[in-house]
Amino acid sequence: MIHREAGVFQTSYEGDMSLYTLPLAKLTNGVMLLILIVGLPLLLGPHKMSIANTIALSAIGAIGLNILVGYTGQISIGQGAFMMIGGYTAAILSSRYGWPFWLGIPAGGVTTMVAGTLFGIPSLRIKGLYLAIATLAMQLIVPWMINHIKWIGGDLGSIYVDTPECFGFVFDTEYKRYYLILVFFLLAYYGAQNLVRSRVGRAFVAVRERDFAAEIIGVNLFKYKLLSFAVSSFYAGVTGALYTYYLRIANYENFELPVSIDFLAMIIIGGLGSVFGSVLGAIFIRLLPVALDLTVPVIAEGVFGMSYQNSANFLANFQLLIFGVLIIGFLVIEPAGLARLWEHVKRYFRLWPFSY
Amino acid sequence: MDRTQKKGFVISGICVGLLVLAYMFNPEKAFFLDLIINGLLVGLMYALVALGFVLIYKATSAINFAQGDLVMFAGYAAAFMMVDLGAPLLVMVVVVSVGMVLFGFLQERLILRPLVGQPIVSVIMVTIGLAFVLQGLVTILWGAKTRELSLPVSDDPIILGPVFISPINLVAGLIAIGFLIAFGLFFTRSRLGLAMRAVADDQQAAMVVGIKVPSVFALSWGIAGLAATAGGIIWGNQIGVDTFLNLIGLKVFPVVILGGLDSIGGTIIGGLILGVVESLAAGYFDPLVGGGTKDFVPYVLMILVLFIRPYGMFGHETIERV
Repeated sequence: MIHREAGVFQTSYEGDMSLYTLPLAKLTNGVMLLILIVGLPLLLGPHKMSIANTIALSAIGAIGLNILVGYTGQISIGQGAFMMIGGYTAAILSSRYGWPFWLGIPAGGVTTMVAGTLFGIPSLRIKGLYLAIATLAMQLIVPWMINHIKWIGGDLGSIYVDTPECFGFVFDTEYKRYYLILVFFLLAYYGAQNLVRSRVGRAFVAVRERDFAAEIIGVNLFKYKLLSFAVSSFYAGVTGALYTYYLRIANYENFELPVSIDFLAMIIIGGLGSVFGSVLGAIFIRLLPVALDLTVPVIAEGVFGMSYQNSANFLANFQLLIFGVLIIGFLVIEPAGLARLWEHVKRYFRLWPFSY
Repeated sequence: MDRTQKKGFVISGICVGLLVLAYMFNPEKAFFLDLIINGLLVGLMYALVALGFVLIYKATSAINFAQGDLVMFAGYAAAFMMVDLGAPLLVMVVVVSVGMVLFGFLQERLILRPLVGQPIVSVIMVTIGLAFVLQGLVTILWGAKTRELSLPVSDDPIILGPVFISPINLVAGLIAIGFLIAFGLFFTRSRLGLAMRAVADDQQAAMVVGIKVPSVFALSWGIAGLAATAGGIIWGNQIGVDTFLNLIGLKVFPVVILGGLDSIGGTIIGGLILGVVESLAAGYFDPLVGGGTKDFVPYVLMILVLFIRPYGMFGHETIERV
């Protein structure tokens, strides 16, 4: 991941597809893991830790969406709706039926998986733009149902849940919750890395490239499209459930259309069809508002002499503007996203300093 | 008239028949008629917004998620000119129209042209990015306060027997009809319109016969800007100009899916159907579930249509099946 990839001389297909193409990779992955487990909590204060938590949570959802959009090529603008289903399932189970969180999260994932698979069935008939519009409809219908069906959302459309607790261990600080989220993040990351280099992952890519051709070479489209929807919505459900436990409230406003667009932006800026890219995209999209928060008011007040009120107003709109410009810029200049940029950097340093 | 169109007309005929039946066996005839007439007028205004969307899809096969935001942008510009600068109506209409057409050219050149040949999701995403830019831009340029965009039309309702029609709805509906007829003529009678249809049909073949495809693309974005101007002024007048005006864009999708993504006539019929369905649903279901049906029913209808006839009532049957 962060090592130089010099000296890769694979002689077999298995070697080429392996998770660690070099012995060094195990070491660098170990170092990264150590940084994530020990380093970050030591370095970051509680506020920064909460940002790290949001990034890790978003990364799980982004990886899930990338499996569907980036690898299988089925456009979905409904990631927020799937997260909603997962979050409300977990919230209902734990607040009304007393399920512990370690059952609530998988339950949220599985329910969303069922919903996602059902929703994936029309993807056999409609594709491309039409599928995007259908998922958009889902994004608008699910919150309406939560809001208007009393059994799901209660009177206010939101459900409070207790602080997650596991055999007397209460996840009550940002640091403790970080480890909870980290476990799921690592499972999601390595799960996806392994999935995409397996037979299933190759089938997904074949479906993305041209579904007719995939069918002809023996990829069962029905199976793999549904599987992709299932895996992706499972990820989304887990993200939604985790987020609900993290905030201790299930609220549909946290998963509305702009959230789905955020996730789509993450995988596009990060790189379609790259698990690592999804993580980069999540980091980018979640850090962007933080960075703008820190810089824009200073410039607006200091350089242009705006009042605090005006600069706060300006910030909110400027954020939208920058967000839009960045999305457009990335798509126009580097359509393959941050993952490709990272590849370029690594390629440059591959033979460094003795490149010719 | 090909087979798809024939089927489309049969379906619309069935819809009209059902409505007539519902009217005949309805105990509250006046209420029902009122809902239908006003639904039809609102439907025409939906069709107007959807028109810009269909134009772009027809010519460039790009889905424009920013159509609602273009409408908002035009509405803001119009309201700014009329309310803050006090410009007369005619000047405002001309300036905003020209501005939006130029803005359309600019978008095509800067954003859409570099993305030719990229996957659909990239094109969708770039228009979403454009939507964000427009949202940020309007408030930075013109502030977030709600403006009343008033057109010189009286407020007294026109009473036609049992039906109350507000004149502004009628005017809006007439403007919409005018626009739709003008575009219909443009596409069937003028050289440029024919060129646009040719490009929509087959870009390569159009190039072979000497049509400049990039300028046709630019033109379609320009015309979409014009449609957005009309939509912005009319809808801004209906619901006020603020940052929520772009939500109109979300209503475009049911309209175009109903009518067919690439059919201008379909847009009108889709808009009318959606307007009536919305109005009926709001009239009869809102009391039962406590409001908000308008934001729900169109999308359910859309999903049903996608399952049964994904190419809509008048669209080309190009959906591949595997």
